[in-house]
Amino acid sequence: MLKRAFAAVALSAFVLAPPLVRAADETPPLPHQEWSFDGIFGTYDRASSQRGFQVYKEVCSVCHAVKHLYFRDLADLGYSEEEVKAIAAGYQVTDPQPNDQGQMYQRPGRPSDPIPPPFPNDQAARAANNGALPPDLSMIVKAREGGPNYVYAILTGYKDPPPGFNMLSGMNYNEYFPGHQIAMPPPLSENAVTFADGVPATVPQMAHDVVTFLAWASEPNLDDRHRTGLKVMLFLVVAAGVFYAAKRKIWAPIH
Amino acid sequence: MADTRPGAMSRIIRWIDYRLPFVAALNHELNEYPTPRNLTYWWNFGSLSGIVLVVMIVTGIFLAMQYTPSSEAAFDSVERIMRDVNYGWLVRYAHSSGASMFFAIVYIHLFRGLYYGSYKEPRQFLWILGVIILILMIATAFMGYVLPWGQMSYWAATVITNLFSAIPLIGQSIVTFLWGGFTVGDPTLHRFYALHYLLPFIIVAVVGLHLIALHRFGSNNPLGIDAKGPQDTIPFHPYYTIKDLFGLAVFLLIYAFFVFYAPNTLLSPDNYIPANPMQTPNHIVPEWYLLPYYAILRAVPNKLLGVIMAFGSLFILFFVPWLDRSPVRSARFRPVYKWVFWLLVIDVVALGWVGANPPEGIVVTVGQIATFYYFLHMLILLPLVGKLERPRPLPSGIGAAMLGGGARLGAAGSPMAKP
Repeated sequence: MLKRAFAAVALSAFVLAPPLVRAADETPPLPHQEWSFDGIFGTYDRASSQRGFQVYKEVCSVCHAVKHLYFRDLADLGYSEEEVKAIAAGYQVTDPQPNDQGQMYQRPGRPSDPIPPPFPNDQAARAANNGALPPDLSMIVKAREGGPNYVYAILTGYKDPPPGFNMLSGMNYNEYFPGHQIAMPPPLSENAVTFADGVPATVPQMAHDVVTFLAWASEPNLDDRHRTGLKVMLFLVVAAGVFYAAKRKIWAPIH
Repeated sequence: MADTRPGAMSRIIRWIDYRLPFVAALNHELNEYPTPRNLTYWWNFGSLSGIVLVVMIVTGIFLAMQYTPSSEAAFDSVERIMRDVNYGWLVRYAHSSGASMFFAIVYIHLFRGLYYGSYKEPRQFLWILGVIILILMIATAFMGYVLPWGQMSYWAATVITNLFSAIPLIGQSIVTFLWGGFTVGDPTLHRFYALHYLLPFIIVAVVGLHLIALHRFGSNNPLGIDAKGPQDTIPFHPYYTIKDLFGLAVFLLIYAFFVFYAPNTLLSPDNYIPANPMQTPNHIVPEWYLLPYYAILRAVPNKLLGVIMAFGSLFILFFVPWLDRSPVRSARFRPVYKWVFWLLVIDVVALGWVGANPPEGIVVTVGQIATFYYFLHMLILLPLVGKLERPRPLPSGIGAAMLGGGARLGAAGSPMAKP
């Protein structure tokens, strides 16, 4: 039995991998977007990530959870305390503690609540989605090879299957998905949302914004990290310079 | 460092030192400790690895305060550290990138030893202790990699522990014993956590022995000849403290770059997906510092033999002092060994490349050739070159070589030699 378990592992690692990888190789190279958070000075574009949150809330959240995010985290996107409270209050959440009668109850969300998932558990999610499990999105940008470019490519990569391609029923053809058959139907369509700031809601625009939001969700401390890093690097450059000068001086009589 | 002038040391310290000669020992080993005057920057990597070990232990202790070692909660507790613990992202990225830095430094340190013959008489024990440290590091790093309980954590644990099932008759029982069950699961994670916390302190103890062995005869040097007197040595402080500090600052710049700007480049994206026993990742790959062993493991079609050779590639290092019988230490004076050494470096890099790629086509062939060459180097070339090679004449002394015409000779050997 254990021998079989190992055989399965070895088989998948050493034998199955090549064809799968080869299938992935057939995908075109990922389109490279300009991201506001790229590079050592990169920071999340607040307007874009707020629009992205709107896209998540109105489109993605029908199926996908962001279980690592709390409403309070949204303050990072530039929402004021009042706005965060209002966003949270727009959701009905089940209080984690029962009431005095011992009953679980629903109440409006508070900033300290996690953003509630669309389904109570994985089984419910599969039952509602033709057997497919919509992955949690709070880490999706970090959890995929290619990161933001990959997620963007998936969102914009829906096409008609090439002639002769054997599609399974209920699946959709996506250029960039490994194996090209993805259970998720094309999630974005022209003007699926109406942005408050008047930016036209084209599919590439919505994809770019929601990926910015999801990149923030994956790595909310990136701005802080980039800023701190700059100070640390500058300090170390100066320290290295001082140590080098001291080293030259101390070693002068030796050479 | 301690000042030994009679008036400068306070009476209390003198009182203590008379009964427990701690300050005197520090003074002897870190201040006046006579060190060859010609050490290049390649000699920085010993103290650097000690410093990174301390960084790993300190960041690790703070992570342990927030981490939950259960299969249900481990993944989320790591995310909690990343999101909600103050500067948790900094501590975790310093720890995860630190592991890569530690191996990079130790591998450079190891190859430095191979190039300059630092393992030869009378430093064989120093070398053996170093190899023990490397083995302990690999075990520690592997168990640490399992702790976040992502997809790669889980499947790496499955693949690596399953290696022991290759042992005839008792293999399966050993694997069940290691797992604490019939599959990698909660008991496995708990024990890996306990051992991941324990092993670094054993490493500290072995590092202590490594230092005792080092200070018995002092550092080797780029010329590979013994220091014969005060004209050949300088006190460790201030000369090497400042040189090590400069090296440390340069190293920290590289380390900080990874921590702040590329913390996930050395990690697999799959490890941000929670462990799922029902779904094998397309492509199970260990961390970069284990790729050469992985390549050797896969180069052999027979599982038991593959496991023996992968472990053997590491354990064979114990015998290097007796495989290389050349009386000359430094490759600077060994015209043939110098080439053989660089071929070994290329060979190990090639093995790393093979380990990173799916085993198909040219990758398999390269892997088998590189595996064969690795053992050819260790078992045949090392003894043979030592016997047949005609080394160049050695300088009479370190000081003489640095001040006289020998300096030119010495500097020619290494691109990093001091001007």
